[in-house]
Amino acid sequence: MKTLRIDAKGMHYTPLNQKIRAAVADGVEEITLDNVLGQRFIGDGLRGNVKIIINGVPGGDLGVFMSGPTCIIHGNAEHAPGNTMDKGMLVIHGSAGDAVAHSMRGGKVFVKNNIGYRGGIHMKQYEVEAKPVLVVGGTAHSFLGEYMAGGLVLVLGIGKEKSMTDRGIGSGIHGGEIIIRGEVDDYLLGVGAKKIEFTESDLERIAPVIKSFCEHFELDPTEFLDTNYTRIGPASSRPFANKYVWE
Amino acid sequence: MCGIIGFIDRTKSRMDGSSIKAALSLMNERGSGDGAGYAAYGIYPEYADYYALHVFFDNLAEPKKKVDELLQQWGEIVHQEEIPTIPQPGIRKVHIPWRYFFKPSEDLMVGRMASEKDVITYIVMQVNANVNGATIFSSGKNMGVFKASGWPEDVANFYGIENYKGYIWLAHNRYPTNSPGWWGGAHPFNLLNWSVVHNGEITSYGTNQRYVEGYGYKCTLFTDTEVVAYLFDLLGRQHELSHEMVVRALAPPFWDDIDRMPAKESELNKAIRLTYGSALMNGPFAIVVGTEDGIVGFTDRIKLRPLVVGENGSKLYISSEEAAIRGLDPEVKNVYTPRAGEPIIGRFIE
Repeated sequence: MKTLRIDAKGMHYTPLNQKIRAAVADGVEEITLDNVLGQRFIGDGLRGNVKIIINGVPGGDLGVFMSGPTCIIHGNAEHAPGNTMDKGMLVIHGSAGDAVAHSMRGGKVFVKNNIGYRGGIHMKQYEVEAKPVLVVGGTAHSFLGEYMAGGLVLVLGIGKEKSMTDRGIGSGIHGGEIIIRGEVDDYLLGVGAKKIEFTESDLERIAPVIKSFCEHFELDPTEFLDTNYTRIGPASSRPFANKYVWE
Repeated sequence: MCGIIGFIDRTKSRMDGSSIKAALSLMNERGSGDGAGYAAYGIYPEYADYYALHVFFDNLAEPKKKVDELLQQWGEIVHQEEIPTIPQPGIRKVHIPWRYFFKPSEDLMVGRMASEKDVITYIVMQVNANVNGATIFSSGKNMGVFKASGWPEDVANFYGIENYKGYIWLAHNRYPTNSPGWWGGAHPFNLLNWSVVHNGEITSYGTNQRYVEGYGYKCTLFTDTEVVAYLFDLLGRQHELSHEMVVRALAPPFWDDIDRMPAKESELNKAIRLTYGSALMNGPFAIVVGTEDGIVGFTDRIKLRPLVVGENGSKLYISSEEAAIRGLDPEVKNVYTPRAGEPIIGRFIE
């Protein structure tokens, strides 16, 4: 396997991303980036199956428009990792900032710990098998799944008494689903969101996602494979139909 | 979009400005080269009892004469000089930065003003509103603001920021969106020992401005952030609210959250909202304020701008991005993102 190691210390994101692109074009299959600190847009629009190992804290919009590659991040991520990502995977061994998986349309974002505000905002999904998946091991702040139009957001609440304690969950959601481990207080639901019963068949559906997440972070999936979840979806397909239109 | 940094060493151990410059430059993407600035506390120990007035003069003739006269009417200038600057290719020196070390005199104050701080506030408002070609942009004790139009590194190099040593540092990289990019509009905004760096906009500016102008403050710098400094001075100094309570007034909980609180807490929060309705700030903001006894960071109530916090022993860091904090201190611990409206406060340990 062709590999490459880049020391990103003090490097601006433009030359760094140019180096990554050149390496992928050159057939490199695994790239390790050391001393990453705040470089934005890593993996921007990148295609193929390359694996990128990031040691450090990558800057905003990690994996933006990415279609295929896998990024393993040994550190936290800043705002909007997985922004409009199409295919591939981000595995974040830490926490992430606001707007994680912003407008994501395919692939997976796994965050071991917590995420900031507006995780999964505008996530969408088309009439294809692939759908975007965001899994958060810890908890998320307010407006999780805001304006969500498709895909799956899963919050496991590991180490938390309650998985979610911030308000506005699914605010403006009109597609997709938000699944949260344990009970969720009704007042935390955003406008246009409602609880839907979580069934055995739902569990069957998300079990592969849970197992995959646990595998990446070396967790035992057994304790997550039951029906102790709250499922949240849109109250209707057009929750705001009456907000702007008067008949 | 802007980039902000707040730093405090709670034991008052001083740090020079070179690492702040480097950390702010990491967030260059958040700026547009139209403004950058730094505030440092603890930089003038030899003049610690004097107010350090930093002034932008258009020229040293008429505007300076007027400021000199006003100061002489109220007290004593023990020292004054042009703030040392080093020419930078990226900066056009359109103002002359000047500093006075000044103290209001007791005998001149009698019957006219109640306190030194009232005198300083009055002088700042008078000069900024009425003296053409002069802007006082920093007026605290043992601290100073250094700002200009330009990129963070250029502004830092222009003032030789690495030559100043402070135990509080604020830094700001500006991307002006709805007000002009000029020297006075760069952050930090300051009055007395309050300095403010801000990412976002204060959409309630009109309401807030009318409110503070009712108490004699004059908003003259064409940028919404200015009003935040005056709100802190009004609520924090004049009304003697704690930093926590000032933040509660400016970014209060929502009514339905207040309804769910225990009776006593609910009562307090209702009282704050009713008393300080006109101080409530709307719009997207992440703010760090430098004060006499520490720093205060907070965001708007629905967290429309980023804020990250990190700690390492006596040091507390607040910034728009984690990378800036790690740039300042690779060993930083306990990095987290605070909740919307939650005050993050670092105070000196006595």
